[in-house]
Amino acid sequence: MSNAIIVAENISKRYHLGQASGAGQGIRHIVEHAIRNPAKWWEERRALRKLRQEEFWALRDVSFTVNQGDVVGIIGRNGAGKSTLLKVLSRITEPTTGRIEIDGRVASLLEVGTGFHGDLSGRENIFLNGAVLGMTRVEIRRKFDEIVAFSEIEKFLDTPVKRYSSGMFVRLAFAVAAHLEPEILIVDEVLAVGDSSFQKKCLGKMDEVARGGRTILFVSHNMAVMRQLCNKGLLLDKGQILKAGTISEVVDTYLAAGVEHEGHWRRETEVPKKELIYILEASVFNREGVTSGHLDCTEDFSIEIKVQANGTFGKAQIALSILNKEGVIILTTCQDDRAREYRPIPAGKHTYRVKIPGNFLAPDTYYLRIVTHQPHMEHHDLMESLVSFHVEDVGSLRSVFNDARVGIVEPVLEWTATPVNNAGAK
Amino acid sequence: MAPRLIIEAGRTDRQYWRDLWRYRELFLFLAWRDLLIRYKQTAVGVTWSIIRPLLTMLALVLAMKVGKLHSGGVPAPLFVFCAMLPWQFFSTALSESGNSLVNNPHLISKVYCPRLVIPASSVITCFVDFLISFGFMALMLAWYHLMPPVNIFFLPFFMLLMFGASFGTGVWLSALMVKYRDFRFIVPFVVQFGLYVVPVIIMTGDVEEKWRLLYSLNPIVGIIDGFRWCLLGGEHRIFVPGLIASVVGVLLLVWSGLWYFRRTERTFADMI
Repeated sequence: MSNAIIVAENISKRYHLGQASGAGQGIRHIVEHAIRNPAKWWEERRALRKLRQEEFWALRDVSFTVNQGDVVGIIGRNGAGKSTLLKVLSRITEPTTGRIEIDGRVASLLEVGTGFHGDLSGRENIFLNGAVLGMTRVEIRRKFDEIVAFSEIEKFLDTPVKRYSSGMFVRLAFAVAAHLEPEILIVDEVLAVGDSSFQKKCLGKMDEVARGGRTILFVSHNMAVMRQLCNKGLLLDKGQILKAGTISEVVDTYLAAGVEHEGHWRRETEVPKKELIYILEASVFNREGVTSGHLDCTEDFSIEIKVQANGTFGKAQIALSILNKEGVIILTTCQDDRAREYRPIPAGKHTYRVKIPGNFLAPDTYYLRIVTHQPHMEHHDLMESLVSFHVEDVGSLRSVFNDARVGIVEPVLEWTATPVNNAGAK
Repeated sequence: MAPRLIIEAGRTDRQYWRDLWRYRELFLFLAWRDLLIRYKQTAVGVTWSIIRPLLTMLALVLAMKVGKLHSGGVPAPLFVFCAMLPWQFFSTALSESGNSLVNNPHLISKVYCPRLVIPASSVITCFVDFLISFGFMALMLAWYHLMPPVNIFFLPFFMLLMFGASFGTGVWLSALMVKYRDFRFIVPFVVQFGLYVVPVIIMTGDVEEKWRLLYSLNPIVGIIDGFRWCLLGGEHRIFVPGLIASVVGVLLLVWSGLWYFRRTERTFADMI
């Protein structure tokens, strides 16, 4: 019999939409207005209060139970409440209503390298970050060698981390977190950074942790990883639980219900004021320049992304991934790939367009994932599986040759044939 | 197995003080971090914590000479520096801990820890500067061949008061700063003007009798008086009603600071 380790009952979290703007205005504004024009000030206050009543429920009556040893994948679209749920569970923010009982020590990893300081050496940062994550000095010292070995940075242990490459930074940060030994580990999508071999190592480590009988709550947008790592799933939508069950049931439900738009998506809600880069629109155009959800597998097509930058960002990236039905990422491409370095994104609205060659994607259904972020620093916006498109089989190689060709891409490649000159070989 | 944790709206209190104890190491680590990075990439390093008060002292001594102010029977540099010890601590602790939460947004929005650890550790960091200045004060006493009176045994009490005043105010400011960034501008202003408001270049005894109690309502006044009484003695005496006002003031500051901090703490992550 497995026993419950987390019991959550009717948890809700309310945010006031007006709060953000109200917080920024400061005392000077309040006092000045109150003195200059009391009547108007009072009127504004009332309006503001009304605005504050406009509330937003990030979580609404969420109840669930997690058993000891479960690895729970939390799935949902952007704004479904996943991050809020993790924050409530890790006690970063308080639920508005409801009650959660947790048996055991919780460690949460919502961001890689929290508390890291660029001027400190790798060694010093291991201790600092460990303490931030709730480890004691004795624990860190005991795990120190293991952490260093895992992160593969032995040589640079006494170098300030600001001189690290971003890959090294992430490796070290994850290594510290991976060696926490809590009963419950909460992980947000932090593995999105780092190179693929390291990602694999991280996932391996998480798998090992799970096998050790510990409980993990995990958020990821990578369905393939979810299926592999988790045994239970929780599907959130608009702050409510849509489905809870085994991971494959939940992933199937998500993929089936997830996509709403073929070939085109536009943000329906207002763009937040926060100083980030937001995705406004994403569309797929066929070779004729017409928005379409159905493409000819032999023809070029393009994907257009419209963003709004609320500020100028020195190193920002717009990353576009194409995923297949199973959630496998076929490719990722970024607006600054050609430049081979991060490029600034100035404030304002911009349209980016990328051309995908024909005779490349195999006939299938695909989904777009678009991320705007400052690499290794901050995630800005994410559009997940909202746009789908179909690459239709109109003369693909497999239909031409009528064979069972395997592979997720189907490029037409250059072959050369050279007759072997037996005489010349001698 | 760790004890059962219950998360409920408005109910963080029960585990709070226990958590505070559990995170005592983080508290030390944060102080240690601030110390390590403080003088990184500076040419003269920790010497700065001597240069700054020294230059201020020289300027103030000059001001005293120009204004023909008397220093109660001790050399003017000693007179000024003795008052600057608690004032310097208070003012740096104020700005450091006031900014501590907004300067560490990731500690607030990405991990859990009792937030009180953050402003508290910045106060501790400033204590190191204080100790260095204190050593300098000892050197100055030796230089002038001045033996501190027996009152020096009361110094820990006044240092405790100094801690309390800085911690209380720092906690208030750090919590206010999360919501009202205005304090980012107010704090340097207060620190700058405070130097003239507190008795650094004047003797509290010179303040007219009818104003004296009012003047002593500022807890720093009582603390500076105490420092002078402990280290210099002689004409520097304790003004008892003023001292009582100081103690009450500090207790009030610490209590109200903790109260406000605890009340607003739960919304920090949503606001920062």
